[in-house]
Amino acid sequence: MDFTFTEDQLLFQESVREFLLNEVTAESIRKLWDTESGRSDQLWTQLAELGLTAMTVPEEFGGLGMNELDFVLIAQECGYVALPAPLVHQALVAVPTLINMSGDNADALKAQWLPAIAEGSAKVMVGLEVNMLVEDAHIADLLIMQHGQQLHALTPAQFTLQFNESVDPSRKLYSVEWTASAETLIADGDAAQQLIDGAMDRGALGVAAESLGLSQRMVDMAVTYTADRQQFGKPIGSFQAVKHLMANIAFKLEYAKTPVYRAAYTIAHKQQSSSVNVSHAKLAATEVGQIAARNTMQAHGAMGYTWEVDLQIFMKKAWAYNNAWGLVAFHEQRIADFVLSDSAVIGAGNTFV
Amino acid sequence: MDLNYTTEQTAFRAEAREWLAANVPPSPLPSFDTEAGFQAHREWEAKLYEGRWGMITWPEAMGGRGADLIQWLIFEEEYYAAGAPLRVNQNGIFLLGPTMMEYGTEEQKQRFLNGMATGKDIWCQAWSEPNAGSDMAAIRAKAELSEDGKHYIVNGQKTWSTRAVWADWAFGMFRTDPDSQRHKGLSFILVPLDLEGITVRPIPQLDGLPGFAEIFFDNVKVPVDCLLGESGQGWSVAMATAGFERGLMLRSPARFQQTAKRLVELYKENQASADLDPAVKKAVVKAYMDAEAYTLSTYQTACRLVQGGKIGAESSTNKIFWSELDRDMHATAMSILGARAELLPHAPQAGGVANWLDGWLFSQSGPIYAGTNEIQRNIIAERMLGMPR
Ligand SMILES: Cc1cc2nc3c(=O)[nH]c(=O)nc-3n(C[C@H](O)[C@H](O)[C@H](O)COP(=O)(O)OP(=O)(O)OC[C@H]3O[C@@H](n4cnc5c(N)ncnc54)[C@H](O)[C@@H]3O)c2cc1C
Repeated sequence: MDFTFTEDQLLFQESVREFLLNEVTAESIRKLWDTESGRSDQLWTQLAELGLTAMTVPEEFGGLGMNELDFVLIAQECGYVALPAPLVHQALVAVPTLINMSGDNADALKAQWLPAIAEGSAKVMVGLEVNMLVEDAHIADLLIMQHGQQLHALTPAQFTLQFNESVDPSRKLYSVEWTASAETLIADGDAAQQLIDGAMDRGALGVAAESLGLSQRMVDMAVTYTADRQQFGKPIGSFQAVKHLMANIAFKLEYAKTPVYRAAYTIAHKQQSSSVNVSHAKLAATEVGQIAARNTMQAHGAMGYTWEVDLQIFMKKAWAYNNAWGLVAFHEQRIADFVLSDSAVIGAGNTFV
Repeated sequence: MDLNYTTEQTAFRAEAREWLAANVPPSPLPSFDTEAGFQAHREWEAKLYEGRWGMITWPEAMGGRGADLIQWLIFEEEYYAAGAPLRVNQNGIFLLGPTMMEYGTEEQKQRFLNGMATGKDIWCQAWSEPNAGSDMAAIRAKAELSEDGKHYIVNGQKTWSTRAVWADWAFGMFRTDPDSQRHKGLSFILVPLDLEGITVRPIPQLDGLPGFAEIFFDNVKVPVDCLLGESGQGWSVAMATAGFERGLMLRSPARFQQTAKRLVELYKENQASADLDPAVKKAVVKAYMDAEAYTLSTYQTACRLVQGGKIGAESSTNKIFWSELDRDMHATAMSILGARAELLPHAPQAGGVANWLDGWLFSQSGPIYAGTNEIQRNIIAERMLGMPR
């Protein structure tokens, strides 16, 4: 029994954090808001140079052969800076969907796309019905789209996009118009369903991990702000009501982390409990995200309600993640189905089985 | 990360399970807030000791098993799953014992640890005073050195001391330097409760039973060898004790996982009526999740400590988490029980209320004892997040 990350995993997280904090600033994010695509090729190249696009790609396809557990701490850091790039989606959703594909075209698809993903020259996004819209479809070189119990692979010539503006200017959401055909079909029936379920779980894991980072960032910003801002001749952070707003985020955040790590572990080890674990992780982490958004805005006073203050960059993403990759009701029901089933083995001693 | 138990850990679990199955009393012991119940629980402690299951984290030489924290968690899981009695001597074995191993003299260890382990000596804590609750540094009870230097002459009053009514010893903090202020000049002293000049006045709790007591000291002569740690250093010694308490040992996750499990069962038995309020099902799901989260985080901390890491400031989050979880789970049970919730188990119409009401009452005190949750929130804000005082 060892519920800790390795020294290597933690060191890598540290170095990625340093890089991201330097490169992905509030200023750089706001600059991207003014661009056509809202995305930066240069940033993507840097991420690829760090090996981040290759992390979850198997070694035989030029990747680093790491798994969801290795990546989860990185996803957390991506949340901490509100990374305006689809790294988490690609590494946790698109790449595993490709890897787990079987059937006639599977090998060709993998050989074509995985090495390109690893080296940073291609981007692949997965569109599931649960999400209605596809984030970053406009920069995708390949879209893998759900169509009921089928998956289809589409190149840009095979779809048209309509932009749907989000409250979060960093989220680039698109409705995709396309036609399913035998030519685009890559998985069908049970095989497709498994891929869809897997993509769903990994997508939820990704936003859960990012929500941890987002929440931490909001707390850090509010703690700094409330130490500087003075009222009644004192820093407002010395007022107990303000302290408790922050403490209420901090203690919940502690207890959202381990469910996220456990979910990453059980997905990586293909354990049966992974879906329920993911739902727990998603609910816990996005709940903290909502509390963090509310309480840190409160601690900022009217400043928190402005466009100018950078809190919005993190807050709006945290809001969006609450409803992405399965609504609260969906995830609660998945846990309820497990917990209330007659075969459920719960209670002391049954956490790690 | 490897979330599998080792073969040794699995074997350890099996051994604990087997012993508990053979030894746990078939029906629950009476509450240890009654005289007979206290005695029955004391005997249970002796039985645990005989099987070397009393304080497994203690060194073997002291009757323990030198178990690490993972084994401790496994044992606790088996213990709660077996429905074994609550630990009447948790103050001794989980709080004072480890503190004494760190701060006590060889002589004190020889003298006290065994009685603690066997259940011969049951300990209560004497920190709070009428005017020193959350503000423990306001302690006024005095312990002045006698002229011949052989005794402390103790005067003053302690209160809210859990299990003091039938306990044998108390440990707590007293002002040994009469001119001192606040955290300075306090000493950690062990007091036999049968000394002349001590009056223990039971205080009935919400359930009517005398679960805690006031302790009055009137020129009580306590031998100087009952000082633990150095004179005037009581605050740091006490913080070590509170550290253990707030840390892992006070409330192992198993307890809450069992409550969550019972809550799921209660909900299933009453689903038709419970579902009239959709919030109930949500709360049941949340109970399961939070009990899991508390378990996961405790395992993570335990693993870190086993590998030589330190408990960080984040450990101050755990008191709030478990106490509010416990309160919320019992509140949900009360909602499910509806009109029966307020009934004592022997009421004719109480059918199936089990001990939910008892649990509900006790869960109301969780956010108060062991440092109120407001104080915990202050600590999180100031020490973990570094907010200004
Ligand atoms: C079941 C139970 C068992 C106990 N067992 C023991 C025992 O064995 N030994 C022992 O010594 N004591 C024991 N206690 C006492 C316990 O430690 C105290 O009740 C606790 O420290 C609070 O002190 P108080 O009751 O004086 O409340 P107060 O300190 O008067 O607090 C009352 C309210 O004011 C709030 N408050 C106080 N100061 C602050 C602040 N700075 N910021 C924000 N809010 C504040 C508190 O949070 C609380 O809500 C027990 C208590 C209970 C309920």
